[in-house]
Amino acid sequence: MIINHPLLGPRDSAEFTYLGDARLIDRPDWQSDTATAEFHDYGYLRDNPAGNHRELWFHEGGDRSWLVVTRNTVTHEIKSVELARDVARAQGRSK
Amino acid sequence: MRYSGFQVIKQALTGHKGWAPAWRDLEPQPHYDIVIIGGGGHGLATAYYLAKEFGQKKIAVIEKGWIGGGNVGRNTTIIRSNYLLDGNEPFYEFSLKLWEGLEQDFNYNAMVSQRGILNLIHSDAQRDAFTRRGNAMILNGADAEMLTTAQIKERYPFLNTNDARFPIKGGLAQHRGGTVRHDAVAWGYARGGDSRGVDIIQNCEVTGFKIENGKCLGVETTKGFIGATKVGCAVAGSSSRLMSKAEMRLPMESHVLQAFVSEGLKPVLPGVITFGAGHFYCSQSDKGGLVFGGDIDGYNSYAQRGNLPVVEDVCEGGMAILPAIGRARLLRMWGGIMDMSMDGSPIIDRTHIEGLYFNGGWCYGGFKATPASGFAFAHLLAKDAPHETATAYRFNRFETGHMIDEKGMGNQPNLH
Repeated sequence: MIINHPLLGPRDSAEFTYLGDARLIDRPDWQSDTATAEFHDYGYLRDNPAGNHRELWFHEGGDRSWLVVTRNTVTHEIKSVELARDVARAQGRSK
Repeated sequence: MRYSGFQVIKQALTGHKGWAPAWRDLEPQPHYDIVIIGGGGHGLATAYYLAKEFGQKKIAVIEKGWIGGGNVGRNTTIIRSNYLLDGNEPFYEFSLKLWEGLEQDFNYNAMVSQRGILNLIHSDAQRDAFTRRGNAMILNGADAEMLTTAQIKERYPFLNTNDARFPIKGGLAQHRGGTVRHDAVAWGYARGGDSRGVDIIQNCEVTGFKIENGKCLGVETTKGFIGATKVGCAVAGSSSRLMSKAEMRLPMESHVLQAFVSEGLKPVLPGVITFGAGHFYCSQSDKGGLVFGGDIDGYNSYAQRGNLPVVEDVCEGGMAILPAIGRARLLRMWGGIMDMSMDGSPIIDRTHIEGLYFNGGWCYGGFKATPASGFAFAHLLAKDAPHETATAYRFNRFETGHMIDEKGMGNQPNLH
Protein backbone atom coordinates (compact mmCIF):
# COMPACT_ATOMS: atom_id res chain seq x y z
CA MET A 1 0.00 0.00 0.00
CA ILE A 2 1.11 3.54 -0.72
CA ILE A 3 0.14 6.23 1.77
CA ASN A 4 0.03 9.69 0.26
CA HIS A 5 1.58 11.69 3.10
CA PRO A 6 0.22 15.27 3.14
CA LEU A 7 3.73 16.69 3.66
CA LEU A 8 6.04 14.14 2.03
CA GLY A 9 4.00 12.73 -0.82
CA PRO A 10 3.53 9.03 -1.61
CA ARG A 11 5.33 6.74 0.87
CA ASP A 12 5.44 2.94 1.28
CA SER A 13 3.16 1.78 4.10
CA ALA A 14 6.07 -0.29 5.44
CA GLU A 15 7.56 3.00 6.73
CA PHE A 16 4.60 3.36 9.07
CA THR A 17 3.31 1.66 12.17
CA TYR A 18 -0.38 1.17 12.69
CA LEU A 19 -2.28 2.09 15.82
CA GLY A 20 -5.96 1.58 14.99
CA ASP A 21 -9.30 3.35 14.85
CA ALA A 22 -8.95 7.15 14.62
CA ARG A 23 -11.58 7.47 17.33
CA LEU A 24 -8.65 7.02 19.71
CA ILE A 25 -8.25 10.79 19.23
CA ASP A 26 -11.50 11.24 21.18
CA ARG A 27 -10.11 10.50 24.61
CA PRO A 28 -12.90 10.63 27.22
CA ASP A 29 -13.00 13.17 30.01
CA TRP A 30 -11.42 11.57 33.06
CA GLN A 31 -13.47 13.75 35.38
CA SER A 32 -16.79 12.59 33.98
CA ASP A 33 -19.09 10.65 36.34
CA THR A 34 -19.17 7.81 33.85
CA ALA A 35 -15.43 7.90 33.11
CA THR A 36 -14.86 4.23 34.02
CA ALA A 37 -17.39 2.98 31.49
CA GLU A 38 -16.26 5.51 28.88
CA PHE A 39 -12.63 4.52 29.22
CA HIS A 40 -13.57 0.84 28.90
CA ASP A 41 -15.36 1.55 25.64
CA TYR A 42 -12.53 3.83 24.48
CA GLY A 43 -9.81 1.37 25.32
CA TYR A 44 -11.41 -1.89 24.32
CA LEU A 45 -14.41 -1.61 21.98
CA ARG A 46 -14.07 -1.01 18.25
CA ASP A 47 -16.48 -0.56 15.33
CA ASN A 48 -14.20 -2.68 13.12
CA PRO A 49 -16.15 -2.02 9.90
CA ALA A 50 -15.84 -3.82 6.57
CA GLY A 51 -15.51 -0.80 4.32
CA ASN A 52 -14.22 2.70 4.96
CA HIS A 53 -12.21 2.97 8.16
CA ARG A 54 -10.53 6.06 9.60
CA GLU A 55 -7.35 4.95 11.29
CA LEU A 56 -4.16 6.25 12.84
CA TRP A 57 -0.79 5.56 11.23
CA PHE A 58 2.54 6.79 12.58
CA HIS A 59 5.34 7.65 10.17
CA GLU A 60 7.98 5.95 12.25
CA GLY A 61 10.45 5.52 9.42
CA GLY A 62 9.99 9.08 8.23
CA ASP A 63 8.99 12.43 9.73
CA ARG A 64 7.30 10.84 12.79
CA SER A 65 3.99 12.54 12.20
CA TRP A 66 0.68 10.89 13.03
CA LEU A 67 -1.74 10.56 10.13
CA VAL A 68 -5.45 9.84 9.89
CA VAL A 69 -5.84 7.55 6.89
CA THR A 70 -9.27 6.74 5.49
CA ARG A 71 -8.91 3.31 3.95
CA ASN A 72 -11.28 0.68 2.66
CA THR A 73 -10.67 -2.49 4.70
CA VAL A 74 -12.10 -4.70 1.95
CA THR A 75 -10.12 -3.34 -1.01
CA HIS A 76 -7.16 -1.64 0.80
CA GLU A 77 -7.90 1.47 -1.27
CA ILE A 78 -6.87 4.69 0.51
CA LYS A 79 -9.41 7.48 0.13
CA SER A 80 -7.77 10.30 2.03
CA VAL A 81 -4.81 11.07 4.25
CA GLU A 82 -4.82 13.91 6.80
CA LEU A 83 -2.41 15.04 9.47
CA ALA A 84 -3.81 13.78 12.78
CA ARG A 85 -3.03 17.11 14.43
CA ASP A 86 -5.28 18.88 11.90
CA VAL A 87 -8.08 16.40 12.61
CA ALA A 88 -7.61 16.76 16.36
CA ARG A 89 -7.54 20.56 16.19
CA ALA A 90 -10.69 20.62 14.08
CA GLN A 91 -12.33 18.64 16.89
CA GLY A 92 -10.97 21.04 19.51
CA ARG A 93 -8.72 18.35 20.94
CA SER A 94 -5.34 20.02 20.63
CA LYS A 95 -3.84 23.49 20.77
CA MET B 1 -23.42 -45.09 7.10
CA ARG B 2 -20.56 -45.95 9.41
CA TYR B 3 -17.17 -45.69 7.71
CA SER B 4 -14.84 -48.65 8.22
CA GLY B 5 -12.28 -50.78 6.46
CA PHE B 6 -14.99 -53.35 5.84
CA GLN B 7 -17.16 -50.66 4.21
CA VAL B 8 -14.31 -49.65 1.86
CA ILE B 9 -13.86 -53.27 0.71
CA LYS B 10 -17.60 -53.79 0.34
CA GLN B 11 -17.99 -50.62 -1.73
CA ALA B 12 -14.97 -51.49 -3.84
CA LEU B 13 -16.55 -54.85 -4.72
CA THR B 14 -19.88 -53.22 -5.62
CA GLY B 15 -18.49 -50.46 -7.83
CA HIS B 16 -18.55 -47.70 -5.17
CA LYS B 17 -22.26 -47.17 -5.86
CA GLY B 18 -23.32 -47.27 -2.22
CA TRP B 19 -21.65 -44.11 -0.91
CA ALA B 20 -24.12 -41.48 0.21
CA PRO B 21 -23.42 -37.75 0.62
CA ALA B 22 -21.74 -37.09 3.97
CA TRP B 23 -24.49 -34.67 4.99
CA ARG B 24 -27.87 -33.59 3.67
CA ASP B 25 -28.37 -30.26 1.93
CA LEU B 26 -31.45 -28.84 3.64
CA GLU B 27 -33.75 -25.86 3.55
CA PRO B 28 -34.45 -24.23 6.92
CA GLN B 29 -37.44 -25.09 9.10
CA PRO B 30 -39.40 -22.19 10.64
CA HIS B 31 -38.13 -22.73 14.20
CA TYR B 32 -35.26 -24.45 16.01
CA ASP B 33 -34.26 -24.82 19.63
CA ILE B 34 -30.74 -23.72 18.82
CA VAL B 35 -29.44 -21.97 15.71
CA ILE B 36 -25.68 -21.76 15.22
CA ILE B 37 -24.55 -19.01 12.87
CA GLY B 38 -21.40 -20.04 11.05
CA GLY B 39 -20.73 -23.45 9.50
CA GLY B 40 -17.01 -23.40 10.09
CA GLY B 41 -15.08 -25.71 12.37
CA HIS B 42 -16.27 -24.08 15.58
CA GLY B 43 -19.94 -23.83 14.57
CA LEU B 44 -20.10 -27.41 13.30
CA ALA B 45 -18.25 -28.72 16.36
CA THR B 46 -20.73 -26.85 18.57
CA ALA B 47 -23.70 -28.44 16.81
CA TYR B 48 -22.06 -31.87 16.91
CA TYR B 49 -21.39 -31.76 20.67
CA LEU B 50 -24.83 -30.24 21.37
CA ALA B 51 -26.41 -33.26 19.70
CA LYS B 52 -23.98 -35.89 20.92
CA GLU B 53 -22.94 -34.82 24.41
CA PHE B 54 -25.73 -32.55 25.59
CA GLY B 55 -28.77 -34.34 24.17
CA GLN B 56 -30.14 -31.32 22.37
CA LYS B 57 -32.66 -31.70 19.53
CA LYS B 58 -33.72 -29.35 16.74
CA ILE B 59 -30.39 -27.73 15.99
CA ALA B 60 -29.48 -25.89 12.82
CA VAL B 61 -26.15 -24.59 11.51
CA ILE B 62 -26.52 -21.81 8.99
CA GLU B 63 -23.60 -20.96 6.77
CA LYS B 64 -23.18 -18.05 4.37
CA GLY B 65 -21.07 -20.01 1.89
CA TRP B 66 -20.35 -23.72 1.82
CA ILE B 67 -19.03 -26.12 4.45
CA GLY B 68 -15.24 -25.98 4.57
CA GLY B 69 -15.03 -22.76 2.54
CA GLY B 70 -14.18 -20.37 5.35
CA ASN B 71 -11.35 -20.06 7.83
CA VAL B 72 -11.41 -23.79 8.63
CA GLY B 73 -9.93 -24.28 5.16
CA ARG B 74 -7.57 -21.30 5.29
CA ASN B 75 -5.32 -22.03 8.28
CA THR B 76 -1.99 -23.80 8.71
CA THR B 77 -3.55 -26.87 10.43
CA ILE B 78 -1.38 -26.92 13.57
CA ILE B 79 -2.60 -28.34 16.88
CA ARG B 80 -0.79 -27.77 20.18
CA SER B 81 -1.45 -26.79 23.78
CA ASN B 82 1.70 -24.85 24.66
CA TYR B 83 0.15 -21.89 26.46
CA LEU B 84 1.30 -20.20 29.64
CA LEU B 85 -1.64 -18.66 31.44
CA ASP B 86 -4.19 -20.39 33.67
CA GLY B 87 -7.12 -19.00 31.69
CA ASN B 88 -5.82 -20.64 28.51
CA GLU B 89 -3.76 -23.74 29.16
CA PRO B 90 -6.45 -26.06 30.61
CA PHE B 91 -8.72 -25.15 27.71
CA TYR B 92 -6.13 -25.84 25.01
CA GLU B 93 -5.04 -29.05 26.72
CA PHE B 94 -8.69 -30.14 26.78
CA SER B 95 -8.76 -29.38 23.08
CA LEU B 96 -5.65 -31.45 22.39
CA LYS B 97 -7.18 -34.39 24.28
CA LEU B 98 -10.32 -34.10 22.16
CA TRP B 99 -8.14 -34.06 19.02
CA GLU B 100 -6.50 -37.28 20.17
CA GLY B 101 -9.82 -39.13 20.24
CA LEU B 102 -11.57 -37.18 17.52
CA GLU B 103 -11.40 -39.56 14.58
CA GLN B 104 -12.85 -42.47 16.56
CA ASP B 105 -15.39 -40.13 18.11
CA PHE B 106 -16.87 -38.81 14.87
CA ASN B 107 -15.90 -41.77 12.67
CA TYR B 108 -14.02 -39.74 10.08
CA ASN B 109 -10.41 -39.70 9.00
CA ALA B 110 -9.19 -36.23 9.86
CA MET B 111 -5.54 -37.27 9.51
CA VAL B 112 -4.67 -36.18 13.05
CA SER B 113 -0.89 -36.48 13.10
CA GLN B 114 0.89 -35.95 16.41
CA ARG B 115 4.26 -35.29 14.83
CA GLY B 116 5.31 -32.84 17.52
CA ILE B 117 5.89 -29.11 17.65
CA LEU B 118 9.21 -27.49 18.49
CA ASN B 119 9.58 -23.83 19.56
CA LEU B 120 13.17 -22.80 18.95
CA ILE B 121 15.14 -20.80 21.52
CA HIS B 122 17.73 -18.18 20.51
CA SER B 123 18.76 -16.49 23.75
CA ASP B 124 19.16 -17.16 27.46
CA ALA B 125 16.17 -14.97 28.31
CA GLN B 126 14.06 -16.95 25.90
CA ARG B 127 15.23 -20.20 27.46
CA ASP B 128 14.00 -18.91 30.84
CA ALA B 129 10.65 -17.88 29.37
CA PHE B 130 10.18 -21.20 27.59
CA THR B 131 11.20 -23.19 30.67
CA ARG B 132 8.52 -21.36 32.59
CA ARG B 133 6.01 -22.04 29.85
CA GLY B 134 6.95 -25.72 29.76
CA ASN B 135 6.45 -25.93 33.52
CA ALA B 136 3.04 -24.27 33.22
CA MET B 137 2.10 -26.82 30.57
CA ILE B 138 3.21 -29.75 32.72
CA LEU B 139 1.31 -28.34 35.72
CA ASN B 140 -1.82 -28.37 33.60
CA GLY B 141 -1.36 -31.95 32.48
CA ALA B 142 0.20 -31.28 29.09
CA ASP B 143 3.56 -32.63 27.94
CA ALA B 144 6.63 -30.47 27.46
CA GLU B 145 10.32 -31.15 27.07
CA MET B 146 13.28 -28.83 26.77
CA LEU B 147 15.62 -30.01 24.04
CA THR B 148 19.28 -29.19 23.62
CA THR B 149 20.75 -28.05 20.33
CA ALA B 150 22.33 -31.49 19.88
CA GLN B 151 18.96 -33.19 20.31
CA ILE B 152 17.42 -30.77 17.81
CA LYS B 153 20.18 -31.36 15.26
CA GLU B 154 19.53 -35.07 15.46
CA ARG B 155 15.93 -34.63 14.37
CA TYR B 156 16.33 -31.53 12.17
CA PRO B 157 19.87 -31.72 10.77
CA PHE B 158 19.25 -29.00 8.19
CA LEU B 159 18.37 -26.26 10.69
CA ASN B 160 20.83 -23.38 10.75
CA THR B 161 21.94 -23.66 14.36
CA ASN B 162 24.93 -21.36 13.91
CA ASP B 163 23.23 -18.31 12.47
CA ALA B 164 25.33 -15.26 13.44
CA ARG B 165 22.36 -13.23 14.62
CA PHE B 166 19.92 -15.91 15.88
CA PRO B 167 21.81 -19.09 16.77
CA ILE B 168 19.57 -21.95 17.93
CA LYS B 169 20.23 -22.53 21.64
CA GLY B 170 17.62 -25.22 22.24
CA GLY B 171 13.91 -25.66 21.99
CA LEU B 172 10.68 -26.35 23.81
CA ALA B 173 9.05 -29.44 22.37
CA GLN B 174 5.51 -30.64 22.75
CA HIS B 175 5.51 -34.12 21.28
CA ARG B 176 1.73 -34.46 21.31
CA GLY B 177 1.29 -31.41 19.10
CA GLY B 178 1.07 -31.81 15.35
CA THR B 179 -1.15 -31.22 12.35
CA VAL B 180 -4.61 -32.20 11.15
CA ARG B 181 -6.23 -32.23 7.73
CA HIS B 182 -8.26 -29.07 8.27
CA ASP B 183 -11.16 -29.43 5.86
CA ALA B 184 -11.70 -33.02 6.99
CA VAL B 185 -12.37 -31.55 10.42
CA ALA B 186 -15.25 -29.52 9.00
CA TRP B 187 -16.52 -32.47 6.98
CA GLY B 188 -16.25 -34.87 9.90
CA TYR B 189 -18.14 -32.59 12.28
CA ALA B 190 -20.72 -31.79 9.59
CA ARG B 191 -21.30 -35.49 8.92
CA GLY B 192 -21.34 -36.34 12.63
CA GLY B 193 -23.84 -33.60 13.38
CA ASP B 194 -26.00 -34.38 10.38
CA SER B 195 -26.26 -38.05 11.29
CA ARG B 196 -27.56 -36.95 14.71
CA GLY B 197 -30.26 -34.77 13.21
CA VAL B 198 -28.52 -31.39 12.92
CA ASP B 199 -29.81 -29.37 9.95
CA ILE B 200 -26.92 -27.89 7.96
CA ILE B 201 -28.11 -25.04 5.79
CA GLN B 202 -25.56 -23.73 3.32
CA ASN B 203 -25.64 -20.58 1.19
CA CYS B 204 -27.79 -18.89 3.80
CA GLU B 205 -26.49 -15.54 5.04
CA VAL B 206 -27.73 -13.91 8.21
CA THR B 207 -28.95 -10.39 7.46
CA GLY B 208 -30.20 -9.48 10.92
CA PHE B 209 -31.42 -10.58 14.32
CA LYS B 210 -35.00 -10.34 15.55
CA ILE B 211 -34.65 -8.84 19.00
CA GLU B 212 -37.66 -7.80 21.06
CA ASN B 213 -37.58 -6.56 24.67
CA GLY B 214 -33.96 -7.59 25.05
CA LYS B 215 -34.61 -11.14 23.86
CA CYS B 216 -33.39 -12.71 20.64
CA LEU B 217 -36.24 -14.52 18.86
CA GLY B 218 -34.40 -15.67 15.75
CA VAL B 219 -32.45 -14.57 12.72
CA GLU B 220 -33.35 -12.96 9.41
CA THR B 221 -31.56 -14.70 6.57
CA THR B 222 -31.41 -14.72 2.81
CA LYS B 223 -33.68 -17.80 3.07
CA GLY B 224 -36.21 -16.00 5.25
CA PHE B 225 -36.79 -15.73 8.99
CA ILE B 226 -35.64 -18.62 11.17
CA GLY B 227 -37.00 -18.64 14.71
CA ALA B 228 -34.80 -19.88 17.53
CA THR B 229 -34.95 -20.21 21.28
CA LYS B 230 -31.19 -19.70 21.43
CA VAL B 231 -28.83 -18.29 18.82
CA GLY B 232 -25.08 -18.98 18.95
CA CYS B 233 -22.70 -16.93 16.81
CA ALA B 234 -19.45 -18.60 15.74
CA VAL B 235 -18.17 -16.55 12.84
CA ALA B 236 -14.65 -15.60 13.94
CA GLY B 237 -13.09 -13.20 11.45
CA SER B 238 -16.43 -11.54 10.78
CA SER B 239 -17.67 -11.33 14.36
CA SER B 240 -17.82 -7.52 14.41
CA ARG B 241 -19.80 -7.47 11.16
CA LEU B 242 -22.33 -9.98 12.44
CA MET B 243 -22.71 -8.58 15.94
CA SER B 244 -23.11 -5.03 14.61
CA LYS B 245 -26.49 -6.28 13.37
CA ALA B 246 -27.38 -6.71 17.04
CA GLU B 247 -25.88 -3.27 17.70
CA MET B 248 -22.95 -4.69 19.64
CA ARG B 249 -19.41 -3.35 19.48
CA LEU B 250 -16.80 -5.98 20.23
CA PRO B 251 -13.34 -5.82 21.82
CA MET B 252 -11.64 -6.81 18.59
CA GLU B 253 -10.33 -5.83 15.19
CA SER B 254 -10.30 -7.97 12.04
CA HIS B 255 -6.85 -8.59 10.59
CA VAL B 256 -5.46 -10.62 7.71
CA LEU B 257 -2.97 -13.43 8.27
CA GLN B 258 -1.17 -14.85 5.27
CA ALA B 259 -0.18 -18.46 4.78
CA PHE B 260 2.07 -20.09 2.21
CA VAL B 261 2.66 -23.47 0.62
CA SER B 262 5.78 -24.41 -1.30
CA GLU B 263 5.96 -26.87 -4.16
CA GLY B 264 5.85 -30.53 -3.14
CA LEU B 265 9.14 -31.83 -1.73
CA LYS B 266 10.34 -35.16 -0.47
CA PRO B 267 9.93 -35.56 3.31
CA VAL B 268 12.30 -33.09 5.00
CA LEU B 269 10.40 -31.76 7.98
CA PRO B 270 9.17 -34.45 10.38
CA GLY B 271 7.35 -32.07 12.75
CA VAL B 272 6.25 -28.48 13.21
CA ILE B 273 8.98 -25.92 13.93
CA THR B 274 8.66 -22.30 15.00
CA PHE B 275 11.29 -19.57 14.86
CA GLY B 276 11.73 -17.84 18.20
CA ALA B 277 13.38 -14.61 17.10
CA GLY B 278 11.04 -13.56 14.31
CA HIS B 279 7.68 -14.92 13.41
CA PHE B 280 7.87 -18.00 11.20
CA TYR B 281 6.41 -21.46 11.63
CA CYS B 282 6.50 -24.37 9.26
CA SER B 283 5.33 -27.93 8.79
CA GLN B 284 5.26 -30.27 5.82
CA SER B 285 1.96 -31.50 4.48
CA ASP B 286 1.43 -35.12 3.54
CA LYS B 287 1.48 -34.01 -0.11
CA GLY B 288 4.99 -32.65 0.46
CA GLY B 289 4.41 -28.90 0.42
CA LEU B 290 6.02 -26.83 3.16
CA VAL B 291 3.13 -25.05 4.88
CA PHE B 292 4.30 -21.90 6.61
CA GLY B 293 3.21 -18.55 7.94
CA GLY B 294 4.19 -15.69 10.18
CA ASP B 295 2.83 -12.38 11.38
CA ILE B 296 -0.46 -10.75 10.55
CA ASP B 297 -0.20 -7.80 8.16
CA GLY B 298 -0.93 -5.47 11.05
CA TYR B 299 -3.81 -3.24 9.93
CA ASN B 300 -7.58 -3.82 9.90
CA SER B 301 -8.54 -5.87 6.87
CA TYR B 302 -11.39 -7.93 5.51
CA ALA B 303 -9.62 -8.47 2.17
CA GLN B 304 -8.54 -12.14 2.51
CA ARG B 305 -5.28 -11.20 0.84
CA GLY B 306 -2.19 -9.56 2.26
CA ASN B 307 0.62 -7.36 1.07
CA LEU B 308 4.24 -7.96 0.13
CA PRO B 309 6.15 -6.55 3.15
CA VAL B 310 4.87 -9.40 5.35
CA VAL B 311 5.59 -11.98 2.64
CA GLU B 312 9.17 -10.78 2.68
CA ASP B 313 9.33 -10.78 6.48
CA VAL B 314 8.00 -14.34 6.73
CA CYS B 315 10.41 -15.62 4.08
CA GLU B 316 13.34 -13.91 5.83
CA GLY B 317 12.38 -15.71 9.02
CA GLY B 318 12.32 -18.96 7.10
CA MET B 319 15.73 -18.33 5.57
CA ALA B 320 17.22 -17.57 8.99
CA ILE B 321 16.56 -21.04 10.41
CA LEU B 322 15.96 -23.10 7.29
CA PRO B 323 18.27 -21.81 4.54
CA ALA B 324 17.36 -24.75 2.29
CA ILE B 325 13.89 -23.27 1.95
CA GLY B 326 15.40 -20.69 -0.41
CA ARG B 327 15.57 -23.32 -3.15
CA ALA B 328 11.89 -24.22 -2.90
CA ARG B 329 9.43 -22.33 -5.02
CA LEU B 330 6.30 -20.86 -3.52
CA LEU B 331 3.26 -22.59 -4.91
CA ARG B 332 0.34 -20.88 -3.21
CA MET B 333 -0.34 -18.09 -0.74
CA TRP B 334 -3.55 -16.73 0.67
CA GLY B 335 -4.95 -14.64 3.46
CA GLY B 336 -7.54 -15.39 6.11
CA ILE B 337 -9.38 -12.88 8.27
CA MET B 338 -9.24 -13.22 12.03
CA ASP B 339 -10.83 -11.58 15.03
CA MET B 340 -7.84 -10.08 16.81
CA SER B 341 -9.10 -9.48 20.32
CA MET B 342 -7.82 -6.89 22.76
CA ASP B 343 -5.83 -9.38 24.85
CA GLY B 344 -5.16 -12.05 22.25
CA SER B 345 -7.59 -14.53 23.81
CA PRO B 346 -11.06 -15.64 22.73
CA ILE B 347 -14.56 -15.02 24.07
CA ILE B 348 -17.15 -17.75 24.70
CA ASP B 349 -19.94 -16.04 26.56
CA ARG B 350 -23.53 -14.90 26.74
CA THR B 351 -24.28 -11.44 25.40
CA HIS B 352 -26.44 -8.86 27.18
CA ILE B 353 -29.26 -9.96 24.86
CA GLU B 354 -31.18 -12.95 26.22
CA GLY B 355 -30.89 -15.99 23.99
CA LEU B 356 -27.92 -14.63 22.05
CA TYR B 357 -24.56 -16.31 22.65
CA PHE B 358 -21.15 -15.50 21.27
CA ASN B 359 -18.03 -17.44 20.34
CA GLY B 360 -15.18 -15.55 18.67
CA GLY B 361 -12.02 -13.53 19.09
CA TRP B 362 -9.81 -16.52 18.26
CA CYS B 363 -6.98 -14.40 16.87
CA TYR B 364 -4.81 -16.75 14.82
CA GLY B 365 -5.20 -19.66 17.23
CA GLY B 366 -8.66 -20.80 16.30
CA PHE B 367 -7.95 -24.02 14.46
CA LYS B 368 -6.29 -25.91 17.31
CA ALA B 369 -9.15 -24.83 19.57
CA THR B 370 -11.89 -26.22 17.31
CA PRO B 371 -12.97 -29.26 19.39
CA ALA B 372 -12.79 -27.56 22.79
CA SER B 373 -14.40 -24.41 21.44
CA GLY B 374 -17.30 -26.46 20.10
CA PHE B 375 -17.56 -28.45 23.32
CA ALA B 376 -17.41 -25.39 25.58
CA PHE B 377 -19.85 -23.40 23.44
CA ALA B 378 -22.25 -26.36 23.37
CA HIS B 379 -21.95 -26.56 27.16
CA LEU B 380 -22.77 -22.86 27.46
CA LEU B 381 -25.72 -23.09 25.07
CA ALA B 382 -27.16 -26.22 26.67
CA LYS B 383 -26.59 -25.43 30.35
CA ASP B 384 -26.28 -21.63 30.41
CA ALA B 385 -23.04 -22.03 32.33
CA PRO B 386 -19.47 -21.93 31.03
CA HIS B 387 -17.52 -25.14 30.64
CA GLU B 388 -14.96 -25.61 33.42
CA THR B 389 -12.04 -24.98 31.05
CA ALA B 390 -13.57 -21.84 29.51
CA THR B 391 -14.62 -19.81 32.54
CA ALA B 392 -12.15 -17.01 31.80
CA TYR B 393 -13.38 -16.24 28.28
CA ARG B 394 -15.86 -13.58 29.32
CA PHE B 395 -16.89 -10.33 27.65
CA ASN B 396 -16.51 -8.38 30.87
CA ARG B 397 -12.88 -9.32 31.54
CA PHE B 398 -11.74 -5.99 30.12
CA GLU B 399 -13.94 -4.16 32.64
CA THR B 400 -12.84 -6.27 35.58
CA GLY B 401 -9.18 -6.37 34.63
CA HIS B 402 -8.97 -10.13 34.08
CA MET B 403 -7.32 -10.01 30.69
CA ILE B 404 -5.68 -13.19 29.39
CA ASP B 405 -2.73 -11.60 27.66
CA GLU B 406 -0.20 -14.33 26.81
CA LYS B 407 2.26 -11.89 25.27
CA GLY B 408 1.66 -8.97 27.63
CA MET B 409 1.00 -6.58 24.77
CA GLY B 410 -2.01 -4.72 26.16
CA ASN B 411 -5.01 -3.60 24.15
CA GLN B 412 -3.22 -3.47 20.81
CA PRO B 413 -4.77 -6.25 18.70
CA ASN B 414 -2.17 -6.18 15.92
CA LEU B 415 0.61 -7.03 18.38
CA HIS B 416 -0.92 -10.21 19.80
